[in-house]
Amino acid sequence: MTDLRSETGPYFGAFGGRYSPESLIAALDELTEAWDSARNDEAFLGEFRALLRDYVGRPSIITEVPRFAEHAGGARIILKREDLNHTGSHKINNALGQVLLTKRIGKTRVIAETGAGQHGVATATAAALFGLDCVIYMGEVDTERQALNVARMRLLGAEVIPVKTGSRTLKDAINDAMRDWVTNVETTNYIFGTVAGPHPFPALVRDLQKVIGEEARQQVLDLTGALPTAVTACVGGGSNAMGIFHAFLDDADVALYGFEAAGEGVDTPRHAATITKGRPGVLHGARSYLLQDEDGQTVESHSISAGLDYPGVGPEHSWLADLGRAQYRPITDAEAMEAFRLLSRTEGIIPAIESSHALAGTLKLGRELGPDATILVSLSGRGDKDMETAGRYFDLIDEGATQL
Amino acid sequence: MTQVHDTLAALRRDGSGALIGYLPVGFPDFQTSVDAAVAIAENGVDIIELGVPYSDPVMDGAAIQAATVQALAGGFKLAHVFEAVRQIRARVDVPVLLMTYWNPVIQYGPDRFADDLVAAGGAGLITPDLIPDEAADWLSASDRTDLERIFLAAPSSSDERLKTVSELSRGFVYTVSTMGITGARSEMDGAARALTTRLRAAGDNFACVGLGISSAAQVRDVLSYADGAIVGSALVSALAEGGVPAVAAKAAELATGKSESK
Repeated sequence: MTDLRSETGPYFGAFGGRYSPESLIAALDELTEAWDSARNDEAFLGEFRALLRDYVGRPSIITEVPRFAEHAGGARIILKREDLNHTGSHKINNALGQVLLTKRIGKTRVIAETGAGQHGVATATAAALFGLDCVIYMGEVDTERQALNVARMRLLGAEVIPVKTGSRTLKDAINDAMRDWVTNVETTNYIFGTVAGPHPFPALVRDLQKVIGEEARQQVLDLTGALPTAVTACVGGGSNAMGIFHAFLDDADVALYGFEAAGEGVDTPRHAATITKGRPGVLHGARSYLLQDEDGQTVESHSISAGLDYPGVGPEHSWLADLGRAQYRPITDAEAMEAFRLLSRTEGIIPAIESSHALAGTLKLGRELGPDATILVSLSGRGDKDMETAGRYFDLIDEGATQL
Repeated sequence: MTQVHDTLAALRRDGSGALIGYLPVGFPDFQTSVDAAVAIAENGVDIIELGVPYSDPVMDGAAIQAATVQALAGGFKLAHVFEAVRQIRARVDVPVLLMTYWNPVIQYGPDRFADDLVAAGGAGLITPDLIPDEAADWLSASDRTDLERIFLAAPSSSDERLKTVSELSRGFVYTVSTMGITGARSEMDGAARALTTRLRAAGDNFACVGLGISSAAQVRDVLSYADGAIVGSALVSALAEGGVPAVAAKAAELATGKSESK
């Protein structure tokens, strides 16, 4: 019996830590202490659970998808429906928890980075709910491919700042959010969106997302009478994956698979398969696997999915990869888009392109594991935000209609 | 090797303080960056801080970001910094520190990096995203090679952290003038003076103040209470706008703030 679930950072094996400017250390200490006390405070946890139930709509259901599973070698496939959460993805779990923590430490302004826009929407939503000022940093490239989410954030009262530096994607949005935080730390809390960044973020975000796996583990037991053979999720920074993996870490018979974005292929320069192709280094405050050149300069990533288009990954994933507890495999843009279409056609569920990487990986895994396997998939978000990308990819949008 | 320490000690004996000038390697091109560093040393800069261009410089504002992006796009390689240090040291007798984010050093190997810096004649490193808590590899590499190591102190640092930073820094403590990132500011608040006072109480290291300093008047003000004034963005902007003559003139102007400062 292993004891992997009790790891709280700052280190996960050789990974994690706080590679941050000294100016931020006091704020990181404050957050660490606040979370240590909040996570043992029944009043705080009660408020958080009530929000998850009455506002997010938790517990999210599980849905077995037999018509989709026919394409996966006959394995049973069960989706954990984070796409049904308020705001459309798992990101709201973390944003609400961190906004509650912001209130607890008495700050009045929140900032966040966002890639696909889901974390930005979730943070803007939580900020609106609690009356906090909210600024969202988003790479200019992402504001273009996720224009609908930009509009949602603005409608919710957040200021969206398009980041024009570097690759103009998630990595650069994090840099600018860090710069804002260094400057305004006295009034501002940084609502980090994934299980990366300096301690305490990897552990804090994991703790706020682990409800996904805790619910799903019991739901699968109730449905099938047994634990699943495997649990799968997409991995960019890795928050939905850590959220669903965590409850299973010490279930030795449950295999864990993270699916990274392989973009145009891991043998091309255009991918975001950090664990598959990277090596350890420091980015955004933590030591973890990283896509970098021989000089340690971060290499720009590529994925059709804005939420996975990140050259780093959370340190707990790097640790699980090195331990062999979880396996990380690459899924190309084309494979993900095929799974996106397949789930839509066979089950009437339009998944986020991020989550489609988990679905594509699950199709392959099912064929490997055979018909006796049960695979639990984190369906981390819904695809409404991706219709423009999908419309272009599949040529779905009628020429005449676009001229209106 | 205590080049920076010795320079600051000599200036303190003279009742003066140091002007420390930052310029990134490879901006606008390798040779011009070397010439510019030599030029500021010939025009009153006492210690050179050479920036190592990095893809994700979270402590830097727009002026330095734009310069380092251009250096990287122009083909900057990590090995160029050692060559730059070698060439500058051959031409002017001032200490040369490197300002580097930590990942490039990790990838090069901290021990190999230290050895190559010593061989090039460099004095040590300023590490903006490496705090002492995470610096075990660098502490041992710098102890072995006697390189100077400059950690940062911030207005938000606790007294306990200031004590650690002062004890473990060698050369000086980089005293962050304000909560923020690099970039010229027309006005500096009182945070730098307050932090310098707290640092003096926490240990007996030299305190050099950086972030936001862009005029001779600000240099004069900072040197009235600290051991050095660090100027970066203002020099980078001068180099960007008017080349080596402009950055030399800017250094000479800043250096007028050194006289009669104490």
